[in-house]
Amino acid sequence: MVSALPPLADYAARLGDDSLVLGQRLGEWCGHAPAIEVDLSLSNVALDLIGQATHFLGLAGAIEGAGRDADKLAFHRDVMDFSNCLLVEQPNGDFAQTIARQFLFSHYQALLFEQMAQVKDERFAAIAAKALKEVNYHATLASDWVVRLGDGTDESKARMIAGLDWMWRFTDELFAMDDVDAAAIAAGAGVDKAALRADWDARVDAVLAEATLARPAARRAIVGGRVGRHSEHLGHLLSEMQFLQRAYPGASW
Amino acid sequence: MYTTDLSGKGKAETAAAEDPAMLATFEARVAADEFIEPKDWMPEAYRKTLIRQISQHAHSEIVGMLPEGNWITRAPNLRRKAILLAKVQDEGGHGLYLYCAAETLGVSRDEMTEALLSGKAKYSTIFNYPTLTWADIGAIGWLVDGAAIMNQVPLQRTSYGPYARAMVRICKEESFHQRQGYEIMMHLAAGTEAQKRMAQDALNRWWWPSLMMFGPPDDKSPNTEQSLRWRIKRDTNDELRQKFVDITVPQAEAIGLTVPDPALKWNEERGAYDFGDVDWEEFYAVVRGEGAVAKERMQARQKAWEDGAWVREAARVHAEKKAVGNRQLAVGAR
Amino acid sequence: MSDPSKEWPLWEVFVRGKGGLSHRHVGSVHAADGKMALEHARDTYTRRMEGVSLWVLPSAQIIASDPGDAAALFKPAEDKVYRHPTFYKIPDGIKHI
Repeated sequence: MVSALPPLADYAARLGDDSLVLGQRLGEWCGHAPAIEVDLSLSNVALDLIGQATHFLGLAGAIEGAGRDADKLAFHRDVMDFSNCLLVEQPNGDFAQTIARQFLFSHYQALLFEQMAQVKDERFAAIAAKALKEVNYHATLASDWVVRLGDGTDESKARMIAGLDWMWRFTDELFAMDDVDAAAIAAGAGVDKAALRADWDARVDAVLAEATLARPAARRAIVGGRVGRHSEHLGHLLSEMQFLQRAYPGASW
Repeated sequence: MYTTDLSGKGKAETAAAEDPAMLATFEARVAADEFIEPKDWMPEAYRKTLIRQISQHAHSEIVGMLPEGNWITRAPNLRRKAILLAKVQDEGGHGLYLYCAAETLGVSRDEMTEALLSGKAKYSTIFNYPTLTWADIGAIGWLVDGAAIMNQVPLQRTSYGPYARAMVRICKEESFHQRQGYEIMMHLAAGTEAQKRMAQDALNRWWWPSLMMFGPPDDKSPNTEQSLRWRIKRDTNDELRQKFVDITVPQAEAIGLTVPDPALKWNEERGAYDFGDVDWEEFYAVVRGEGAVAKERMQARQKAWEDGAWVREAARVHAEKKAVGNRQLAVGAR
Repeated sequence: MSDPSKEWPLWEVFVRGKGGLSHRHVGSVHAADGKMALEHARDTYTRRMEGVSLWVLPSAQIIASDPGDAAALFKPAEDKVYRHPTFYKIPDGIKHI
């Protein structure tokens, strides 16, 4: 356990970090997408995620009660204190890889927020209820693209398979439970993520079938993001994202 | 964002070999402030000039995403990141509206894209300058969008209906762009010494290119007269440039920044600022594609287009498969 | 060279601003299929809460009147003044009519 945050704050930070890191990744696409319309779609998703990150990290800071706001958490923590899942920090790759990541993650987020919108802690429930509408759209958008690419040309199918293959290793981590989850559930804020797995499998499988794609074979899960053990990619993402705050300490923007 | 009129001297489209009666009716409608719509008769020169101007404008929006997009992943806080992303996304949307307006004149988006990527079509010179620091994002919003608004507001009443309607939407959406840029500059100018230096440096680098955005001086702008008559241009380049200087100088002074022009001086008699000569040699060099980052901009657009080819193709093929499937279902249902 | 048959087709976008209003034409998007056209319309034209409902239809499906026929189509309505309430002279004292 490396996070300096108390369990409930850590729980909020995990949610915020997921959205922040994926939002940052999608921001890299802006101006470079396959069509202008698609550029606009990806930016919309990114904006939703940055909004979620702002809310959840703000909440994490408030629970911690040490005067750290969302920006302080986003721009002044190093890799080992980031607690996003490994899936969201994976590189964009080609469009298929980006879609694979979005597809797998958005369906997880949709199921998660459906449950979280019902929890007793109103702070979590309110953010989740708002975000649920956003991520349902993200899941639809990404699913539609999985179907188009999977059942498109030979090239797009091969790329979609490769994209899913890259991301699949990191999906078990989404549903892993630990002490932080247990503490959040006990506090009336958390969701039993392990219980989401069956629904997620069903949703993902239905889309893959429509896309004429086989479900990727089960493989050894790679985990560690929730406790700060990340891929090499996150350090580069953070060094870019945090550059100004690091280069000009104490400045306000 | 906006585009400069970049057609070379002597290349003005002339209204020749058209039916004189049709032409007279057309000119009368335009003179009476009527809107021309896609299926209406129009002189070929009007159509060509519009296609060139609107597509150039669209290209400028799309290429214009790159210099600012360069800072999305490095925006200094979450609020600024969201604002910048939303703004650059707007530029993409504006490019899209404009391409659609041009398409009503009988040119396809792919054709326009190819013209851009082959270097045949031009875009605003301003986007061939690099964004080096965060202050450049402020300077672009304040100066470049400021100059753009001045050009675009009158175009809401331009004679071609689809272009005018696109401009109405664009102007409405862009109203926050200049304000967010000025707010960034205000913040920097009131910040640490390092931030002030950053802000002044950005103003120094973006001031003159911003003045160039209004295009060559009136006596070297071949299309002006005809374009004014056709209401596809509403003010001359020099009029707009003067207006921009008069509005912007006090804004710079208000936040303690210095406009980098030793010749700048208030002229009581004219009620306007006198200002120094724009380096037109530099302007024409940038138009020719010799801007500092022209190659990078084109390379980025080419890469996006080529990398996206398989995606566009896959979606098209998938839609075709579905359409065939649906037809077969329909036949089966009979 | 561009091959027009390979370009995503153009769709016209209509937005209902709020309940009670009719859909209004706002612009167009390119998309490979109808679902994508709706998604593109949503992501392009309703980013500022502009609508509560969307229509898209292939631009090629629109059948438009020819401006050359405008006189035949629309001029005959000009002298049918009796279709308008102001055509009828009713004394000021008569109410509710």
